[in-house]
Amino acid sequence: MNVDFSLLIPEFILAGAGFLVLLVDLLVPKSQEYRRNVVTAATAVLGLAVTGVVAVSTQLDTGEHLYDGLLFIDRYSLLFKVLFAGIGLAVVVMSVDYVAQKMRHPGEYYALIIFAVLGATLMAESGELLTAFISIELLSFSLYVLVGLSRGDTRTAEASAKYVLLGAIATAIMLYGISQLFGTLGTTRFTEMGPLLTASASWNLTLVTGFVMFVAGLGFKLSMVPFHMWAPDVYEGAPTPITALIATLSKAAAIALLLRFLTEAGSGSVNEWRMPLAVLAAATMVVGSLSALPQTNIKRLLAYSSIAQIGFILVGVVPNTVIGANAVLLHIVGYAFTTLAAFTVVVVIELKLGKENIADYAGLSRRAPVLAMIMTGALFSLAGLPIFAGFLTKFYLFTSAVDQSLEWLVAVAVTSSVISLYYYIRVIREMYITDVEDESKIPVPLLLAGLAWAMFAGSIAVGIYPAPFVDATNAAVTVLSPWVSLN
Amino acid sequence: MNYFERHVLETLIYLPMLAALVLVFVPRPRKDVIRWISIGSGLALLVLSLYAFIAFDYDGGARFQLQRAYPWLELLGIEFALGIDGIAAPMVLLTGIVSAAGTIVAANIQRDNKDYYILLFLLIAGVYGTFVSMDLFFFFFFYELAIVPMYLLIGVWGSSSKFKDFDRPKEYGALKLVMMIVAASLLIWIVIIGVYVEAGEGSFNIEAIMSSIDHPGRFSETFQSVMFLMTMVGFGLLAGMWPFHTWSPDGHVAAPTSVSMLHAGVLMKLGGFGIIRIGMMILPEGMQQWALLLFIIGTINVIYGAVSALAQNDLKYVVGYSSVSHMGYVFMGIATMNAVGLTGATLQMFAHGIMTALFFTIVGGIYERTHTRDTLVLNGLATKMKWGTAFFVIAGLASLGLPGLAGFVAELLVFIGAFRSEPILGAIGVLGAAITAVYILRLIGRTFYGERDPKWDNLTDLTRREFIAATILILPIFYVGLYPQPLLRVIRPGVDAVLAGLGG
Repeated sequence: MNVDFSLLIPEFILAGAGFLVLLVDLLVPKSQEYRRNVVTAATAVLGLAVTGVVAVSTQLDTGEHLYDGLLFIDRYSLLFKVLFAGIGLAVVVMSVDYVAQKMRHPGEYYALIIFAVLGATLMAESGELLTAFISIELLSFSLYVLVGLSRGDTRTAEASAKYVLLGAIATAIMLYGISQLFGTLGTTRFTEMGPLLTASASWNLTLVTGFVMFVAGLGFKLSMVPFHMWAPDVYEGAPTPITALIATLSKAAAIALLLRFLTEAGSGSVNEWRMPLAVLAAATMVVGSLSALPQTNIKRLLAYSSIAQIGFILVGVVPNTVIGANAVLLHIVGYAFTTLAAFTVVVVIELKLGKENIADYAGLSRRAPVLAMIMTGALFSLAGLPIFAGFLTKFYLFTSAVDQSLEWLVAVAVTSSVISLYYYIRVIREMYITDVEDESKIPVPLLLAGLAWAMFAGSIAVGIYPAPFVDATNAAVTVLSPWVSLN
Repeated sequence: MNYFERHVLETLIYLPMLAALVLVFVPRPRKDVIRWISIGSGLALLVLSLYAFIAFDYDGGARFQLQRAYPWLELLGIEFALGIDGIAAPMVLLTGIVSAAGTIVAANIQRDNKDYYILLFLLIAGVYGTFVSMDLFFFFFFYELAIVPMYLLIGVWGSSSKFKDFDRPKEYGALKLVMMIVAASLLIWIVIIGVYVEAGEGSFNIEAIMSSIDHPGRFSETFQSVMFLMTMVGFGLLAGMWPFHTWSPDGHVAAPTSVSMLHAGVLMKLGGFGIIRIGMMILPEGMQQWALLLFIIGTINVIYGAVSALAQNDLKYVVGYSSVSHMGYVFMGIATMNAVGLTGATLQMFAHGIMTALFFTIVGGIYERTHTRDTLVLNGLATKMKWGTAFFVIAGLASLGLPGLAGFVAELLVFIGAFRSEPILGAIGVLGAAITAVYILRLIGRTFYGERDPKWDNLTDLTRREFIAATILILPIFYVGLYPQPLLRVIRPGVDAVLAGLGG
């Protein structure tokens, strides 16, 4: 049994950084609010950056199974480790001004972001049901607290309560599913489950419910239809940087786990799960796009749009091919850049104007031209238009589905794509076309402007020079067990 | 190939993008600097386009020339592959001419001309990219890139119109145009992915896909039939195909002058070009099955557009519906599937692109001076706008097919081709030319001649910039009308290769 602890150095650094942030928070006197915020944020940024750098520099050629297959330290988990550290870093940077203005506990706040990143990383690494479950819980608990951390707003309280209660139910369902699977198969390891689930004779009611319940639990994290009802309320009520964290980190981690689970544990039963998942993907895209139409709050709009995005990602999971998995990973990377760019703009507007309705974006092209441009780019990327990431990654996703004769699914996808363009254009119309009386300039904090530019550049980079990103995703995909032989 | 020949096509894409990037860093108040950078880039594009057109070897050269390919995404087989055939070469030249004139006319924009030019250059890059891409991924990439800036260009800098019975706010025109074109482009998206998977070559390169059409078991008749219909509707909508043409007149009425020029001048041609590129070249059996329908729709386009133009009093609506009518000749020429008709269709795209741009230059100039486009109010402008009248009359005569001007050659070829394959529809098409003569002459008579309304006593003639732009456009109209050989001999090998693929 491999118990080489050195493989877990990035995780140790991450956990250490989390506790260090809490410690630093205690050392700076309570009276120095500003310094406490900056020092804790800097510590968190440092911890996340070191994690990413150490992971890349030591694990590029690693393909190990720790603890007899509980954790996989390979290119697949490396991709997500770096992505999650990057997302965490961006969210911390996004939060500095926000925390200074709106919150009182910077130490806990930043530490919990790091623990959420740690949970997400372990989700991408886990090769076994219970490890996966514990990682999901680490991520979820961090997020439950973060959502409710800014007190005094009834919407926050509602969001927090809803998230915890529905999350608890989802957890229960998932745990029950795991018990069914273990009780019948006698193993919880994905790679051992795969061959056992091959023979269709072995599929009985217990197994089916177990399988479905586990995926349903993940579906809740993903806000996949019909488990999506929590998303808009939580998105609206949570502190905006945390909304960005949920939209990117938690979604990407759930996809990482789902993809590994379905390709390894579900490798022999593709024909059984493909159609139901395709139907759910179609429903997710349609419901997400249609529900976004009447929204007036930008955060709710982005919530529904992210539901639709999950549907698009599932279009690449359904084919269960190398191309499909590549498309999924590439889309996640592009989606992370794009979503973070959009939320950075939302944060600036919320801090400077105290508003978050779409109508409040009127005249933004004159009040803050750069923000308007970046928001427009992000929305076009989400709508799947060139030169941004969304165009290439959607093209990729749809190609992988047509490749497996899922033309009907692509037809649904492109239709929801047109619908989504309509509501993205509504925001763009407010920013550029609607005339406003008040044309005073909006000052953009330097840190947030830099972050917005970086994320904007990232989404264009994925769109016009994808080679380095595709190299990383392809290396990640080929370590998944059904495709190892292709490598 | 020498250095310039190797790089000219990619430069046509990079140069407008570079111009857009440079403009991002020019301070907003320096409006004149922005104008000169933009006009300079527009003229440079004209020179480069002319160079590419001349460098095309029509006498025994390869089908696709000035080829260049860079690996881009090997896993899917996407290459940044460029090259032009005999049909794309005139389109590149057309884009150069209209872009140069368009950037000059756009100098009249006062509000935020920086953002305007940035979007305009992205649009131009998209148009060039579509014409020169040999890789279907990039073909679609640039196709979408050409559409997206349209929304802001019309929505922000356009003009809202109030008519007696209805209103047309600029947002309406912008949204209708973009939503309809993007919705149609999704059909093209499915077609492109569909033919890629069907070809099974692991490449989006058009030559690789074409090479696998004849393999047994691939590109079945049913597949081609379904895919061609989607291609026809998807591209046809952008070319103003009836009954999906409604975005076009409304879009033109709302759009600022230079956007109308580029849009009617080159963007609508992407539609006709796409039907030839994907419909005829990759789906030949589908083309043969649906040719008659395309022919009938083309004829309806001609008559419907002309009759609608007859009923309009707004200058831009007249020109907008006239575009719908003239694009009908392109559909008819494509549907003839013979060398004369297809050559005529290609030449018609070129000729119509230039004369429409000229129309919009003058119409836009009149609107900026009088703030109306109502032909019932505009009377006797000829005495005040001598040059404007002269240019408009020439564009009008070219449009109704006067011999010696570009439109005549193109329409004549289409009609000869049409009579060879479907004489009855061809005859109906000729009727459209007669109606065109009626509305064009009536329009010219009303607007420019007759007694002048005293309101227009202080009207000024074309500015120097408008004059130069109109001159750039009018030279090719005469040149092609009097001496079409240089264009025809470039078009011919392209047309022959397409028809050879059709098996006829």
